Amino acid sequence: MPSFVIPEKCDGCKGGEKTACMYICPNDLMVLNTAEMKAYNQEPDACWECFSCVKICPQGAIEVRSYSDIVPLGGSVVPMRASDSIMWTIKFRNGNLKRFKFPIRTTPEGSIKPFEGKPEPTAADLDNELLFTEMGKTMTTP
Amino acid sequence: MALPNKPLGELPAVDNPEIAEHECDILIVGGGMAACGTAFEVKKWAPNAKTILVDKASLERSGAVAQGLSAINTYLGENKPDDYVRMVRNDLMGIVREDLIYDLGRHVDDSVDLFEEWGLPIWKQKGDEGKTLKGGGKPVRSGRWQIMINGESYKCIVAEAAKMALGEQNIMERIFIVKLLLDANKPNTIAGAVGFSTRENKVHVFKCKTMMVACGGAVNVFRPRSTGEGMGRAWYPVWNAGSTYTMCAEVGAELTMMENRFVPARFKDGYGPVGAWFLLFKAKAMNALGENYMAKNKAMLEEYPPYGLAKVPATCLRNHLMLKEMLDGHGPIIIDTATALQELGKTMDAKQFKHLEAEAWEDFLDMSVGQAGLWAGTNTEPEKVPSEIMPTEPYLLGSHSGCCGIWVSGPNEDWVPADYKWGYNRMTTVNGLFTSGDGVGASGHKFSSGAHAEGRICAKMMARYIRDNAGFAPALKQSAKELADEIYKPVKTYNQFKGGSTMSDVNPNYIKPKHFMLRLIKASDEYGAGANANYMTSGPMLKRCMELLAWLREDSEKMAAGDLHELMRAWEQYHRLGTVEAHIRHMLFREETRYPGFFYRSDFPKVDEVNWKCFVNSKYDPDKKEWSVFKKEWKQIIPE
Repeated sequence: MPSFVIPEKCDGCKGGEKTACMYICPNDLMVLNTAEMKAYNQEPDACWECFSCVKICPQGAIEVRSYSDIVPLGGSVVPMRASDSIMWTIKFRNGNLKRFKFPIRTTPEGSIKPFEGKPEPTAADLDNELLFTEMGKTMTTP
Repeated sequence: MALPNKPLGELPAVDNPEIAEHECDILIVGGGMAACGTAFEVKKWAPNAKTILVDKASLERSGAVAQGLSAINTYLGENKPDDYVRMVRNDLMGIVREDLIYDLGRHVDDSVDLFEEWGLPIWKQKGDEGKTLKGGGKPVRSGRWQIMINGESYKCIVAEAAKMALGEQNIMERIFIVKLLLDANKPNTIAGAVGFSTRENKVHVFKCKTMMVACGGAVNVFRPRSTGEGMGRAWYPVWNAGSTYTMCAEVGAELTMMENRFVPARFKDGYGPVGAWFLLFKAKAMNALGENYMAKNKAMLEEYPPYGLAKVPATCLRNHLMLKEMLDGHGPIIIDTATALQELGKTMDAKQFKHLEAEAWEDFLDMSVGQAGLWAGTNTEPEKVPSEIMPTEPYLLGSHSGCCGIWVSGPNEDWVPADYKWGYNRMTTVNGLFTSGDGVGASGHKFSSGAHAEGRICAKMMARYIRDNAGFAPALKQSAKELADEIYKPVKTYNQFKGGSTMSDVNPNYIKPKHFMLRLIKASDEYGAGANANYMTSGPMLKRCMELLAWLREDSEKMAAGDLHELMRAWEQYHRLGTVEAHIRHMLFREETRYPGFFYRSDFPKVDEVNWKCFVNSKYDPDKKEWSVFKKEWKQIIPE
């Protein structure tokens, strides 16, 4: 199901050169039409439906319409992503609704200190097969 | 000219782009799990080296883990690396690099512990909630090697650690590296790479002392079962174009097991994962007659000792049994999600059952939302109705249940056979060129965590390499302008000939990337054991495929791209072509059917343990411009 942009909600990320969806799409699908100042998915048949654009849009202007050659119309899957959890709303074609909430992260965004409290390897350590967090361990052998 | 001749994309390409030249010690090409592992580890071993990471997309969501994952499929825990080797060896029908697998098994848990520390929520068994894995918390395992996670933000978390470790100023995004460069003076030695921005008309030339290339596997190299928008719903990420294999092969890196493709059996069309359904929820698969075909066709497994006789038969053999049912007309093949959930629900109250239902949906929402969309559009509630499963079109990758890739050195230790090591773990046969993740062949079943650990190994090895080669001053053979002209050739072709038709895509003077890909995947599907051929091929079929690919390679000189997005697609198709050529070349060389269920050779329909229990490797000579394909000895390290 490719992503699509709802014109009334999209503000082209407030007139910047690059929109959030352009920033994030792993397949370079989202582009900004500078004449209209709206974003769109330029290659829907290359859309993996990873929902990266949907999740990042600050206006909630992007949704997904399931792949036209596979899925009957009428269903939708809508995420609302917070800093520690995500809520998914599933609407079935028959109108039934389900909601799920899952954790996504146990630490605050931006808080990772990758080397804090970790070993400091020496030049001599360069010749063994240990990774820097494994200093002091003995590697098993068959 | 009239409007149809305007380039499709918003960012038109120009004939003469800007050129930027960069020099560094260590270049990391790629931004997925493996590259993030390298980025995390490298500054600890080479703190004074200049290191640059170049991602074709954006690190936060690039690569196969873009959507997230619902499980980490390689976490040893209490298991031993010896048993890990046995599992992988059996699953891949006996022919694997046991040293690489053993080595990975020793390191992978360390990365998983780090993921948890960084913020990835990992399911724990009752009573151990709040305990870390490192602190003895028991994970919820779906199978012996797999642990369940709340993984929607898995890539974001791992990318953040990589950025913090390497420094954001050392990360260049939206630059697509498309060609590697050998040193002008020192033979068979890597010296740089060239690529272009997908945001502005700018070619980037890099000079480096050492490099790690990990750009994923290859997708849309066979005509998929879907043909419209559904072509985007590939099982593996649709932006993986075989760049890792083609770029490295072109500079002389020896390839291995390129004949081994992976054909996953997944939820039909939506390609949702089945692992948790089979292993955690204990769902059964059956044919349209309600028969458990794994039990019914057990005798077929007995034809492939020992691989079919293991507790978990080899993945390809499970496909092989399913295919028998399909070819006999006993489809649709069903995964009985309803019975599975109802069985589990028998001992549950309403609240517990709601939790179980949430786990079932999370399995998709964490990693393949498209499948959830399919359920929504077809009113499928898994506790009420089953779903169809089906083997997909073939994929090429080295990190999963497929093991094609690049031939690399193992660790520099006594227990590793002499032929399998040449000084630097995970280095290819090109000096200074390393790979990890999907790039490393003959050692599948490493998955996301293994790719990260392998990337970390490369970081250390590259630091050692530059220490040992301190006097090396890389020099490129071509000038930056020559390289830029080569990279932008599709743009020049487009601009030269676009006036020949009022309809941009239909012009006899050139071929557009989309059309190039469609021709490629039709040829591979029809003649190279694609899904529509029921994975069947033969010597004559493969030779016909090579003829068609030869014409396509000639036509590749006439690739045209009008905008930057299309230029990216053009180079992706060059990479796809090189990967498919290697795959077909290897399939032709291996005269047996080693992987029934992945592909069959009608002219050599059996496993031939006498003549073919060995690797098939190939190597391109960049000077002579010739390919050679040859056997390489398989050596057992871990006893049965």
